[in-house]
Amino acid sequence: MDTLLAAFSILDRWDVFLALLVGSIGGVLIGAIPGVGPAVAIAILLPATFSMDPIVGLTVLLGIYGSSMYGGSIPAILINTPGTAVNALTTYDGFPMTTRGEARRALSLAYSSSFFGGIFSVICLVLFAPVLAKVAPMFGSREIFLAALLGIILVVVAHRGQSLIAAALACFGILLNTVGLEPVKYSKRYTFEQSWLSSGVDLIVVVLGLFALSQAFYLLQGEDEKIRTTKLRGGLFQGLRELGRHPRVAGVSASFGVVMGMIPGVGEFTAQFLSYTYARRTSKRPEDFGNGSSEGLIAAETANNAVPAAAMVPLLALGIPGEALTAMMLSVFYVHNVVPGPQLFQNDMPFVVALYLALLILNVLVLIFLLFATNGLIKVVKIPNRFLGVGILTLSFVGVYSLRNSFTDCLIAACFGIFGFVLKRLSLPAVPIVLGMVLGGIMEVKLRAGMARVKQPWDFIDRPIAFILFVMILGVLALHIRYVLLERRAAKEEEWSAKKTSTGFGMQMFRRRSFLSEERGKRVREKRSKYSPRSTGPRSRH
Amino acid sequence: MSVEEHRFKGPIRGQILFAIVFLAASVWLLSQLGAETKWVKRTKFFAQPRFWPAVAVSGMVLFGGLHLWKLPRKRMVKPDFVEWKIWFFGIEWVLWFLAYVWIVPLLGYLPTTVIFVPLMAWRIGYRDRRWMAISVGFAVAVVLLFKTFLHVKIPGGAVYEYLPSGLRSFFLLYL
Repeated sequence: MDTLLAAFSILDRWDVFLALLVGSIGGVLIGAIPGVGPAVAIAILLPATFSMDPIVGLTVLLGIYGSSMYGGSIPAILINTPGTAVNALTTYDGFPMTTRGEARRALSLAYSSSFFGGIFSVICLVLFAPVLAKVAPMFGSREIFLAALLGIILVVVAHRGQSLIAAALACFGILLNTVGLEPVKYSKRYTFEQSWLSSGVDLIVVVLGLFALSQAFYLLQGEDEKIRTTKLRGGLFQGLRELGRHPRVAGVSASFGVVMGMIPGVGEFTAQFLSYTYARRTSKRPEDFGNGSSEGLIAAETANNAVPAAAMVPLLALGIPGEALTAMMLSVFYVHNVVPGPQLFQNDMPFVVALYLALLILNVLVLIFLLFATNGLIKVVKIPNRFLGVGILTLSFVGVYSLRNSFTDCLIAACFGIFGFVLKRLSLPAVPIVLGMVLGGIMEVKLRAGMARVKQPWDFIDRPIAFILFVMILGVLALHIRYVLLERRAAKEEEWSAKKTSTGFGMQMFRRRSFLSEERGKRVREKRSKYSPRSTGPRSRH
Repeated sequence: MSVEEHRFKGPIRGQILFAIVFLAASVWLLSQLGAETKWVKRTKFFAQPRFWPAVAVSGMVLFGGLHLWKLPRKRMVKPDFVEWKIWFFGIEWVLWFLAYVWIVPLLGYLPTTVIFVPLMAWRIGYRDRRWMAISVGFAVAVVLLFKTFLHVKIPGGAVYEYLPSGLRSFFLLYL
């Protein structure tokens, strides 16, 4: 109770309330504009938050993170274009509802589900915080190293079908982190005798390049889309009642969101996938999924909004970000000398609870705002893509240049911008680079510290949590290898089924015989033509 | 389209060049490992300054190579060239951005932004009065929000030095 009161006293300031208001409304707006997204907004705003108090700066960023998914559901439902990447599943059932004239019901249901997911996860985590405070100190250097390693492996394997390039890009991120002066032995690494590389590559410059500038280049190089929106009539309160009729789907989806959000590198997509699959399997009308099912919409929206609060757990308890957005927030902590990790949970629990309470208030503010302002918000969906590109480019300047007023920083950011632009054009992920940079740094420091007291390799995992993490790493790798083998088998089966010719044994033997005789025939003809060349043809004319 | 191409996640156009350039750059970085990092005596293997760069570049070479090997199409066709052209044309926006960065310390944040945003809007085809007015409004709003209210660190323009003293300090601080 004392912790709760102390947390309220941290939040009881006008600038925190203003930050909550700006973060929540700003986040909804950013989410509602397809092509911007929370990553771009957080990257641009990061340097601006450095001059604020940690709680104020973090509240703004958390506000954008937590509320962008609410806004993202608006274009997903009305124009079949997700406002943020995590709203992609919302289009499956949201847009079919709009096409049958139920846009208002779909939006109302999406807001209610998001609100339930957000509130559920915050309550879970506030209740769970004392347990975390007891578990977090059990994490020493070895455990944090293993958790970071697990995080990076999960990020890589989560990019299904792209895990090889995701791994290569994560390694690139680790390399970027090593550039500059090594802090223990003071030796230069990959500086190529260039003074501007001696201080290393700044994470924020890379983030701004990869997320903000690349998005601006991508939008500017693309084309504007013609958008038609639907005018909404009537109130948006009915969704709360309808959500009440599906407590099981909402509860399970929110739980998936909480659990998946806490695991680094997993996040919204897995939570949504699991909840959606669960909802379809247990539904009385599974055939409605993908055609405007209210349960499908609830599953998708509840799960994704339960993640932001849970994603703060590995960041706050262990100092390990599980995704790009929390990785960006980590830099705000570092700037203010607040070191997230077990010590933060032990020594500054009110600060942690205050962040969760901020998320709770934020969800309420967003819901109120959306219930009354949706009709006006629909207009932002119509901002042309290319003009948005100009806006993002202008705002990116603020982000990069205000760091150190350095032209070199802007040049590096522009290089990463064009690299990110290429990645976007090829649909390759940029997130592993950022997480490689952040987790690579953590792994380097923690492995060095952890190995100092290790005499035999087995000693590294002789503590229970270290052992569990090690087993989890092996388990994740084993599951991924199984997935790759199954995919390979499925691809082969598809290849066989796509063949027009018979795959029967007799036919195969016949084809083999024909091939061999044809090959033999070729060889014999070649041999004969060598000893008795043709009298006619191109050679004989000369 | 082959089954492999059909199952590939994302567009295939342009993948081959990216994979080749990434692998070539990774191999080159690996070749520089000895020159660009140090092996320190009397230091444990895991604490060596070379350890993590070696892990990173080896991973880049290994996974970059495997990615190239597993690409469904390894020969270049016309859509690849079209895609490279798009990447190349993307450089125009980099130049716009760098020009903006270069001019701000000379002309000042407000004047540069008020010129830059409408000029870019003009370039991308929004040339009527309405869009020009929106561009100018947006530019002014950005400067007021970040420089005037949030006091983000952006230096005043060199031309502000020629302003009368009272106005100069105001411009340097807020615009």
